[in-house]
Amino acid sequence: MWSSRLAVHQLQKFAAAQLTISTMQRAQSTLPRVYVTRSVPPDGLEILRNSGQVQFEMWDSDDPVPREELLKRVKGIDGLLCVLTEKIDAELLDAAGPNLRVVSTMSVGYDHLSLSELKKRGIRVGYTPDVLTDAVAELTVALLLCTSRRLTEATHEAKTGGWGTWRTLWLCGYELANSTVGIMGLGRIGLAIAERLKPFKVKKFIYTDVAPRPELANQIQAEYVSMDEMAKQSDFLVVCCALTPETQGICNKELFSKMKKTSIFINTSRGGVVNQEDLYDALATGQIAAAGLDVTVPEPLPTSHPLFSLKNCVILPHIASASFTTRNAMSSLATNNLLAGLRGNAMEKELKL
Amino acid sequence: MQSAQQLVKVFVTRRIPQDGMKILRQAGMCNLSVWDSDEPVPRAELLKGVTGAHGLVCLLSDRIDTEVLDAAGPNLKVISTMSVGFDHLAMDEIKKRGIRVGYTPDVLTDATAELTVALLLATARRLPEGVQEVKSGGWSTWKPLWLCGYGLSGSTVGVLGLGRIGLAIARRLMPFGVKRLLYTGRGAKPEAKEVEGEFVPLDTLVSESDFVIVSCSLTPDTQGLCDKAFFSKMKSSAVFINTSRGTVVNQEDLYEALSSGRIAAAGLDVTTPEPLPTNHPLLTLNNCVILPHIGSATYATRGTMAELTANNLLAGLTGVAMPTELKI
Repeated sequence: MWSSRLAVHQLQKFAAAQLTISTMQRAQSTLPRVYVTRSVPPDGLEILRNSGQVQFEMWDSDDPVPREELLKRVKGIDGLLCVLTEKIDAELLDAAGPNLRVVSTMSVGYDHLSLSELKKRGIRVGYTPDVLTDAVAELTVALLLCTSRRLTEATHEAKTGGWGTWRTLWLCGYELANSTVGIMGLGRIGLAIAERLKPFKVKKFIYTDVAPRPELANQIQAEYVSMDEMAKQSDFLVVCCALTPETQGICNKELFSKMKKTSIFINTSRGGVVNQEDLYDALATGQIAAAGLDVTVPEPLPTSHPLFSLKNCVILPHIASASFTTRNAMSSLATNNLLAGLRGNAMEKELKL
Repeated sequence: MQSAQQLVKVFVTRRIPQDGMKILRQAGMCNLSVWDSDEPVPRAELLKGVTGAHGLVCLLSDRIDTEVLDAAGPNLKVISTMSVGFDHLAMDEIKKRGIRVGYTPDVLTDATAELTVALLLATARRLPEGVQEVKSGGWSTWKPLWLCGYGLSGSTVGVLGLGRIGLAIARRLMPFGVKRLLYTGRGAKPEAKEVEGEFVPLDTLVSESDFVIVSCSLTPDTQGLCDKAFFSKMKSSAVFINTSRGTVVNQEDLYEALSSGRIAAAGLDVTTPEPLPTNHPLLTLNNCVILPHIGSATYATRGTMAELTANNLLAGLTGVAMPTELKI
């Protein structure tokens, strides 16, 4: 009886919000089971509800699901839709059990996924590259300009009475025109950032990576250099690499000591790439001019952290992909990846393990 | 090398970047008197300082009117202002006395266009709110819909006034995935082709743009142009940016539009007055970003402005063509 009622609902494209999750569970007990670890944006949720392909439970909150709860809820699931705050490791995969065959993350980063454990168990992984490239590149440029043109200091002065009459060198910043921009990690996002910086009359683009990337570098005439050269030559150094054992803590005092006193350091990749104590020292002593970070260790960064005491450090709460269209696109892609994986089909964006 | 009596007297109303001072000193022809401070010269000091001067280097905060010109006397033949605006100069009086004027157009286009894009991005992607949340403990964790803003990708951008600066702004926005670039003004411009600009009526620009950027000069036609009627035609998801002149915008109407959600957000680098009093209602809005007129504020640009100012002055004093002379 529940089945036929549900079939009628589907035929009428009954608004999914009317159905409770438990109703779906009772009616569709043979459908693959999915756990969704956070309240996902509407586009993805709608796809999931209307698919008729799965029964799902969702941690319906803006805040992360507590670990204990997560380990309970994943028992026996076939598919998992998660975000970057969940550690998908051996403990969780054990708790889930052998039915789990697809993990779909609503992120392009996958440092929260234990790839070796997933590969071992033959679990397929979906993620969300490309759909967030524009938003992330845009926010990186926004952060760079906010840092180099001292917008945080400026808005503060305007609010607190520091704004007097026009002065010749007050709140002067460093301009992109005639500068050298260094990209650490020339992938999709690094290239998109460089493309956006070009019309600001950047003189030269240089980059480092594990190996040269001519197919991307040629699009912006970027020169492949060593880390040392990148540190020495860059007026703006933008970190866009993935977090791996090789890049962990790679931005440290050795790097900062080689940079120009007038240089600007920007990181929107992962907090773990930067040694935060060394960055603090470099900023406090004037070894580099300023820094802008969208990612930190930990996240959130405690409000007592020394980096907050610096005028020349701008910190954002990991909002690089935070545009309405992008978050909806990410949720749609993540959901579609999940459903495709559960059907045994090719995913739109599958992570090669 | 001229003797002390033959050096021409020059008064400089502020400490200006060394790039400019160096040029003035090395010319070897000036008896330089400088108000060596970052703050404006008091009126009484200005009147004293200009007495008998042949040349005057000033900024936009110095009102050069009849009183100053009288105090200077008949020696004064050149005024060189370190600005592109000249509304602080009494042009009729200056013309009457045959005084030449140098100013600094063009050299600040890049810095100003850059700042306009910086302001647009900071406003659209909610950077000041983000910074504030981080400092105050409002940041708990990554959340799918927290602090979401409006992206340029796929958007329609409208530029009011596609002059040197407007065009420079449009060029910088192109690689962000802007779908349509609209502009309005007195007439279509051939340069607009470079940015695939579509010349449209003002109303069309206002109603179809996701980002409205005001980049026109202040004239009787543009005074108070951005008012209630203007904002009422905009999209409720639209972002409004002004880096031209404060009085192009009716600030009370803007406040209404922002606080009622009639438009999504606004970013201003210019206000009425400047500075804007700290108790002004616009400063209380989360969706309004206000900067203290820093469009040209980069070390490189201010240095170049200082050099140009010095060179304009010396050219005027020696009776030759200036690099950038204001046609009176």
